[in-house]
Amino acid sequence: MNLFHFLNAFFSDSANWSGADGIPQRLLEHVEYSLLALGIAALIGLPVGLVTGHTGRGGNALALLATAARALPTFGLLVLLTILMGLGLTPVMVPLVALAVPPILVTTYEAVRTVDRSLVDAARGMGMGPLRILAQVEIPVALPLILSGIRSAAIQIVSTATIAAYVAFGGLGRYIVDGLSQEDYTKVVGGAVLVAGLALVTLGLFWLAGRLLVSAGVRRSR
Amino acid sequence: MGGFFRMPSDLQHSYLALVGWHLRLALVPVLIGLLIALPLGQLCVRFRWIYGPVLGVSTVFYALPSLAIFVLLIDWTGQTDTTVMIPLTLYTLVVLIPAITDGVRSVPEETHAAATAMGFGPVRRYVHVQLPIAVPAIVAGLRVAAVSSISMVSVGMLIGNEGALGNLLADANQYHRPILAWSSVITIAVIGILVDGVLVLLRRLLTPWAAR
Repeated sequence: MNLFHFLNAFFSDSANWSGADGIPQRLLEHVEYSLLALGIAALIGLPVGLVTGHTGRGGNALALLATAARALPTFGLLVLLTILMGLGLTPVMVPLVALAVPPILVTTYEAVRTVDRSLVDAARGMGMGPLRILAQVEIPVALPLILSGIRSAAIQIVSTATIAAYVAFGGLGRYIVDGLSQEDYTKVVGGAVLVAGLALVTLGLFWLAGRLLVSAGVRRSR
Repeated sequence: MGGFFRMPSDLQHSYLALVGWHLRLALVPVLIGLLIALPLGQLCVRFRWIYGPVLGVSTVFYALPSLAIFVLLIDWTGQTDTTVMIPLTLYTLVVLIPAITDGVRSVPEETHAAATAMGFGPVRRYVHVQLPIAVPAIVAGLRVAAVSSISMVSVGMLIGNEGALGNLLADANQYHRPILAWSSVITIAVIGILVDGVLVLLRRLLTPWAAR
């Protein structure tokens, strides 16, 4: 019984390809949770990171906040919130967002803060206001780093959304959690490989986004 | 607060024993990660072109969910501490390799040249000049790796009570005792912040020349 045997058994079983517990449905749920969590985290992390990075103030407070958020155990928070609030979307979203905000926030702050000062000075000399400097100089130059922060957050969310299954949610974690309790190793391996695959696809999408969004001049200078 | 420190007997550990176990599960991987990342980082400094691929491979490792690696490893390493520590070790690399590489690269050319002129060979130059100057960057990486690792250990609970303080979460569910979940979450967060503080202290001790 090796890995490939399990994989073959899992993916060739037609029962795994349709219905509420089918791969398309579970994959869709996983992507939904992930996108929602990433969206909320970006709505919090990006504006705060951009503004603090632009002004260069508040770095210490941000570092403290990021450490505190990082120290919160994602899985523990999920179980605790579920016990306190009952089954629902909020107990799943809060830990995932708390997981994703630090990388986005800290990387965006660092990315904008470390943009070459002479570029910013030149822009100001040309008569640009703070908003135009941020939008037309700082963000384009900082974009590769900002994207790497969002990428790291996205990968962590996709990997971690697996544990939502422990509190009766869907997603690809269903296969792993159910498989473990049913001692159905085929299911476990199939689910694990699907999550890993989705995380790798996420990685690929961000690589593509970097090629498309980062200005050619910035990419060459790196 | 009754029950915060009193552990159910099925865990077979006292509160402090759970804390110790948790620290070991989380920090041994960081140490092993550092031992792997130091030579790899040095290679990345010497041969610039391998930095990209090395970072790429570590990012791919990082993308593999811990639960997925846990279950795939059970076949080989069983439901043991090793199973939990292997993925945690892999995860530290994505933080530690760039921290070390960028830290060592940030050593000014003049400093490097001065050390060479004083007759330092490559090994002495590395140990006595490059590493100390890279300490702040390396410790910054260690802080992220250690705190994340401490937070991630709990997932080991899902593969059969291999999550140290995370095991409390299963009991909290099973026995309907929310206090156990509080105990787990608060204790993990507190030791994360304490370890972070210890690392900051370590950096101050190792870099007495740095401005306070």
